[in-house]
Amino acid sequence: MSTTTTTARPAPTGLLTATLHSTRAELMRLRAWPAVWITLGAWLALSLMFGYLFTYLSYTSGDPGFADEGTTQAEQLARMLPDAVPDVFLQGMPMFGGALMMVLGALVAGNGYGWGTWKTLFSQGVRRGPAVIGSVTALTVIVVGTLVVTLGFDLGISLVITASESQDVVMPSFGSVAEAFGAGFLVLEMWAVLGFALGTVARGPALSVGLGLVWALVVENLLRGVGQLLGWVENLTEVLPGTSAGSLIGSIVGVESGDGTPGVLDTVPADRAAITVAVYIVLAMLLSLALVRRRDVT
Amino acid sequence: MDQNLDPVVTTEALTKRYGDRLAVDGVSMTVQRGEVYGFLGPNGAGKTTTLRMMLGLIRPTSGSATILGRPSDKPHGSTSVGALIEGPGFYPYLSGRGNLRVLARQRGFDETEVERVLERVDLVDRGEDRFKGYSLGMKQRLGVAAALMGNPELIILDEPTNGLDPAGMADMRALIVELARGGQTVLLSSHLLAEVQEICHRVGVINGGRLLRESTVADLRGGISLRVRATPEADALAVAMRLAGDDGVRRTDDGALLLSLSPDRAPDVVRALVTAGADVHEITAAERSLEEVFFEMTSSTTTAKEHVS
Repeated sequence: MSTTTTTARPAPTGLLTATLHSTRAELMRLRAWPAVWITLGAWLALSLMFGYLFTYLSYTSGDPGFADEGTTQAEQLARMLPDAVPDVFLQGMPMFGGALMMVLGALVAGNGYGWGTWKTLFSQGVRRGPAVIGSVTALTVIVVGTLVVTLGFDLGISLVITASESQDVVMPSFGSVAEAFGAGFLVLEMWAVLGFALGTVARGPALSVGLGLVWALVVENLLRGVGQLLGWVENLTEVLPGTSAGSLIGSIVGVESGDGTPGVLDTVPADRAAITVAVYIVLAMLLSLALVRRRDVT
Repeated sequence: MDQNLDPVVTTEALTKRYGDRLAVDGVSMTVQRGEVYGFLGPNGAGKTTTLRMMLGLIRPTSGSATILGRPSDKPHGSTSVGALIEGPGFYPYLSGRGNLRVLARQRGFDETEVERVLERVDLVDRGEDRFKGYSLGMKQRLGVAAALMGNPELIILDEPTNGLDPAGMADMRALIVELARGGQTVLLSSHLLAEVQEICHRVGVINGGRLLRESTVADLRGGISLRVRATPEADALAVAMRLAGDDGVRRTDDGALLLSLSPDRAPDVVRALVTAGADVHEITAAERSLEEVFFEMTSSTTTAKEHVS
């Protein structure tokens, strides 16, 4: 085996090329990681279960379902038809969709510290900036893939139901699908990148996932409760990630009076919610980037 | 080493402080192109911390390090350095080959490079097994394989024989020698003195965060001396000190005397001992092992006691 060093070496790669390399490498290793498939599988299963299965069971049994109290059979059927796909697609995102994406983001960023894989990368001269951006990009690709697959499943199932119930096929308008896809992307991407930032801050997935979930599932709900009593807390909740994401989804699927889908809100107007969510995405990326570039990796 | 004026690594007063503990204290060292440099010290001496600073993994509190002409806090993003620092870090759910493929993609290498380095560390047969199931020695070899990818000019290996069995250690030593023969520079940290003595051209000895000495192995061992065992010891000692001078005699742990005299003075020594009425049990030319030198340097208090005065 030759060990000569006279072979021509590639010049140091440009930032864009390096980022592309990192993205491809991250996708390669994430694709082979069971934890990723488990998280995404959980999302798909929950989404279909709450989106279609329970509604369908309650529809066929003729009893009002637990989540559909006071709805007629016709309304239940209408909810499962293709026309309603954008709403069904979105409704699980503010709560468990976001939580699962946060878990994913924290796993992608955090596990590398315990395993020493970031150390391995950086000690071979892989630059930190491109490596982090590549990792976030790979995460984004996974988020988009998840959205596409979910939308496909939702459409497929609703078409099957349409056929089995001999209904006319009324497809959702392209505009409403695009709008739902965009909003869904913003919300899931925000939670995923927030999870990535938390995993980076904590240098591990456990603490970051734990704290992140408590925040997303408990604290923000509590704060919204307190906000009804204290004006300044209410102002604060309006810029929090969960409230903004919930409001963005709520503006599209509509918020029922009383107990609607958990996490789906109408606290903030849609455009403001979308901007807040986008700002969180950018901030979380910048925070991760700044932290990794400056810190000691051991 | 005929290219001694081409440093690959230089550090200047490299210092790292954690709280009020100085992990590395003003280390200035130089690694020349094409040599195998042994970075020698007991556990916790500051070897790994120094290497981490060289590679830009951690920031020095003060001082600087330059690798291949670039300051180490400005990551090169090139392919000219390969390193294994404090144990291999890989994805446990991927195979050994899978892990290297991911690294190859990160660094823009061809997939053939993966097979080449797997072959180099003798892991081709186990390449498809998950990293999680590897033995300590296999993990270590995979770490070395990662450092070899892309034929880097400089290879930094932090205790590469950790966890290897004797055969694995011998293979690793042979590999390092071969790399140097091919023109690559190897910086190797170790607490195994025999290893360093065998394969390194130059060594830096570090203890308590300070670089105690940097020189060739031969210089460090200080040439050949005479080893004498004679009774009664007191008489032997008196004769030895008369011939070699007060500072030229050391007493070893097993009761022998080490005289800093050239071996061709042996007959003189024997004659003098016999004349003084001492019985000579053993006289031989002895070269100090690196181990002896090392312990002398790293435990200055015991050294003082060992000197017969």
